[in-house]
Amino acid sequence: MTKTAGNALIACHDCDLLFRARPLRNSERAACPRCGAVLYHKRPQTISRALIYSLTALIFFGLANFFPFMTFKMQGREQVTFLVSGGLELFQQGFRGLGILVLAVGVLLPFLRIIGTLYVLIPLEFNLVVWKAKETFKFVEAITPWAMMEVLMLGVIVAYVKLIDITTIVLGTSLYSFAALILFMTLSSAALEPIEVWARLEQRS
Amino acid sequence: MKKTAVTALSASLLNCRTCHKLNQAQPLPRGCHQLCSRCGTRLYFRKPNSLARSWALTITALILYIPANLLPVMTVISYGRGKPNTILSGVTHLIAAGMYPIALIVFVASIIVPIVKLIAIICLLISVQKKSRWHPRQRTMLYRITEGIGRWSMLDIFVIGILTALVKLGSIATIEPGIGAVFFAGVVITTILAAMSFDPRLIWDAMEKEQ
Ligand SMILES: [Zn+2]
Ligand SMILES: [Zn+2]
Repeated sequence: MTKTAGNALIACHDCDLLFRARPLRNSERAACPRCGAVLYHKRPQTISRALIYSLTALIFFGLANFFPFMTFKMQGREQVTFLVSGGLELFQQGFRGLGILVLAVGVLLPFLRIIGTLYVLIPLEFNLVVWKAKETFKFVEAITPWAMMEVLMLGVIVAYVKLIDITTIVLGTSLYSFAALILFMTLSSAALEPIEVWARLEQRS
Repeated sequence: MKKTAVTALSASLLNCRTCHKLNQAQPLPRGCHQLCSRCGTRLYFRKPNSLARSWALTITALILYIPANLLPVMTVISYGRGKPNTILSGVTHLIAAGMYPIALIVFVASIIVPIVKLIAIICLLISVQKKSRWHPRQRTMLYRITEGIGRWSMLDIFVIGILTALVKLGSIATIEPGIGAVFFAGVVITTILAAMSFDPRLIWDAMEKEQ
């Protein structure tokens, strides 16, 4: 009763309506007929594309951490900062919880999201399911709402505008890498359909 | 009259919140939980204690909201003189300096978003408790917006971190974080958690009864 060929039975996560979704063509999406929630996208080559975008994001993540982020210059003195400096500085000034929060949502969780996604997707691309793949993907899905790179990016812009009137700020390579990182993470999320990944994980195990 | 909708609950199917697999509900002894056959997540027909949790987190956020706005979130120290900044004064300084677009962004992210979110969650909670049948589709939309915008309130916390790390020039200019920032981060986190704890399916449960 729960399975018929073609039209899969699905339940809406927002209103619990149970219905049969007709098979989708590429780039089509299934929305709940009652509340309008988007439930599923049919995305072409979802795993291969998400994989390539995530790999590119990982490279930019490395660059974003390696180079200086912004340099503050005033009266002959300068202060170089890195991507992690904001969180570290809060931590060192005694605002430990706040420092950990900023490091977690701005740097650590985005990083775990990228490597977690790659850990699951690279083997899946070759029809393999690695050790703890489901647990890893579950973890990736759980931390996604807490990975806030794009908010950090906006924070950088606000801080820059606040200071630019009174002093010179030099934007580093890292900042551009960080912008590219956000772009490729967004492309990766747009290419990835998690339900597809779950279906593949279930088939292979 | 519209006919009663078939829901996963009425068909005894548990929709996994992680992988969205439908699991047939098994009769289990009390205290035992069914796990998703695909991903192992604990299954529930509705998020457990959704209303109580969401209320508790919302009230916590409301309480934290007061010190978050009254206490300084950072202090700008220049030539020995300290100037404390609150969330609101940060916005008014930007307006005074003529930086309107940025002032608008900060105003929306730091002031509008937390207030709108808290009001929206409270309205949703009350409407569900009164078993309201009023525009369920619009209320579900309100829930989705509430869940989506919360993260942007972290903006000020990031700005404080970045400014603290950048402006460290001893006696010339230093920026120090203030205790208000801790309360503000508390507001952001508790409102995000309050939205996550709310189960929008409760809005629709009221529609199924007494048709
Ligand atoms: Zn729905
Ligand atoms: Zn599952």
